[in-house]
Amino acid sequence: MVDSLSLKKPVVTPPAPARGSGPVVNRSRREALAAYAFLIPWFVGLFLITVGPIVASFYLSFTNYSLLEEAEWVGLDNYVKLFTEDPRFWASLKVTAIYVVVSVPLQLGFALALALLLDRGLRGLSFYRSVYYLPSLLGGSVAIAILWRKIFGADGLVNAVLGLFGVEGTSYVNNPDTALSTLILLHVWTFGAPMVIFLAGLRQIPSSYYEAAAIDGAGAVQQFRSITLPLLTPIIFFNLVLEIIKSFQSFTQSFIVSNGTGGPNDSTLFYTLYLYLKGFKHYEMGYASAMAWVLVVIIAGLTGINFLASKYWVFYGDSK
Amino acid sequence: MATASSRNPVLYRRRVSRGAKHLMLIGFGLVMLYPLLWMISSSLKPEELIFREPGLIPSEITFENYTEGWDALAHPFSYYLWNSALITVLSVIGNLAACSLAAYSFARLNFPLKKLWFALMLGTIMLPLHVVIVPQYIMFAQLDMINTIWPLILPKFLAHDSFFIFLMVQFIRTLPRELDEAASIDGAGYWRTFFRVILPLCTPALATTAIFTFIWTWNDFFSQLLYLNNPDNFTVPVALRTFLDSSGESSWGPMFAMSIIALGPIFGFFLAGQKYLIRGMATTGLK
Repeated sequence: MVDSLSLKKPVVTPPAPARGSGPVVNRSRREALAAYAFLIPWFVGLFLITVGPIVASFYLSFTNYSLLEEAEWVGLDNYVKLFTEDPRFWASLKVTAIYVVVSVPLQLGFALALALLLDRGLRGLSFYRSVYYLPSLLGGSVAIAILWRKIFGADGLVNAVLGLFGVEGTSYVNNPDTALSTLILLHVWTFGAPMVIFLAGLRQIPSSYYEAAAIDGAGAVQQFRSITLPLLTPIIFFNLVLEIIKSFQSFTQSFIVSNGTGGPNDSTLFYTLYLYLKGFKHYEMGYASAMAWVLVVIIAGLTGINFLASKYWVFYGDSK
Repeated sequence: MATASSRNPVLYRRRVSRGAKHLMLIGFGLVMLYPLLWMISSSLKPEELIFREPGLIPSEITFENYTEGWDALAHPFSYYLWNSALITVLSVIGNLAACSLAAYSFARLNFPLKKLWFALMLGTIMLPLHVVIVPQYIMFAQLDMINTIWPLILPKFLAHDSFFIFLMVQFIRTLPRELDEAASIDGAGYWRTFFRVILPLCTPALATTAIFTFIWTWNDFFSQLLYLNNPDNFTVPVALRTFLDSSGESSWGPMFAMSIIALGPIFGFFLAGQKYLIRGMATTGLK
């Protein structure tokens, strides 16, 4: 990606620009100066609120810093404590892992299925697309999380509907066995965003492929398996990587549905929620930093594995 | 649909299956939107009816929930709406200005170490927020900026959302270079070329950036929860959250009513800017 950016040398290098500048050297220096000037805000941001904090966070993860007291070097203590003495850390890891492993494939499955249904000149396509896409925009908001809490509450919508069939339900958000499922459902509900990306990917597949396959007598199923699916694997891969990274960092839903506790019984304690509680409720900022780095390693590791595994299933066509 | 029929000669079966498909899509769409519609209808029902009626048509309509919810918290709800609007609008301006400047440099100008900086920019797109949030918080605390809007808008003016730089770089690269050269021959400097030639042509990318920034900032809960602890500074998401605390489980009606109001602007932007949203997502895969 970086390579493709390096701009091709200008087709024609104007030797004497009308600006009246002298030699070419001068011009390229002016260009560099202008570029760096335009990048000043970004540079300030890069060092002040990205690179600087990354370094600081790494350092803090080896201290017991707490905002109120000076940082004291504690070596690997935070990490050791995380892995050996903190059951809530493991609980949050487990909850998040289940959330990601269950909800991402489900979400992408729905996204792909609907994209396939909507593809190829269906009447009303843009209407359906909008309807299915809307929840993706709203899904991360506090308002929807509140709604969810109520839908799956003791006297919520789900139980009201079940009541019509004579089934009596309990509160799903207050039951440790079902609370996480409601959050998974909320994530699946936002399948519209990857669906739109799938739709864009489907449009890239030349219809001549299908025509040729039809002439050769391939049915719909075979066309899907031999044309659509292989050509769509790069998009599936892209969505998979993105959704895993994103869903590992989910916060709002877990916070609102459990009212900031991660309960019941830590069954909705997302990793980021626990990090928030540690860092900004108990002010154990060194500890929270260590947690952040564990998260980075997990996400980077998963993404790395994803890329390695992609060699075996992602099909990049004939890259001309 | 000639192309469809050429693939399958049995037209009649085709038509039936198409009808079935539409039925299925509409049904599924209804199931998807049911929670939202239910929330709207519930917000118009008297409190005691909300959980007795799972249906959508209220048997009795009242705006009591809205009037009650509007004044239920320390400030009238308009106060929180204004706080949210201020932060959101400033964020949009910040992202538009800072990201477009950076994008123009990356897309059009040559400078030493460009590849390195560009790679760094791409690298920060996927960076989990949590790895910088603790030191950022400490920094803003030391600058005495907790409970101000600065920690929320300053990063935007410093092009922290590299997503949008990337989006605009991609867009600017599709513009013909001859434009720049023509501007240069006419005596325009880099700033003029950027401001008078590139920027106006970038409108679609700018619109995508503006809409996404608006929706993300309006929805953002984590940073606002973190940096705004004083009810006087609360934004809509944080204020909504206090409903859960202050009113317990009893007043769902007003809470729904205010939730609808909170979602309103997003819905509006969605209707107005669908084209840019979909296009932006399709080209860069952001959401």
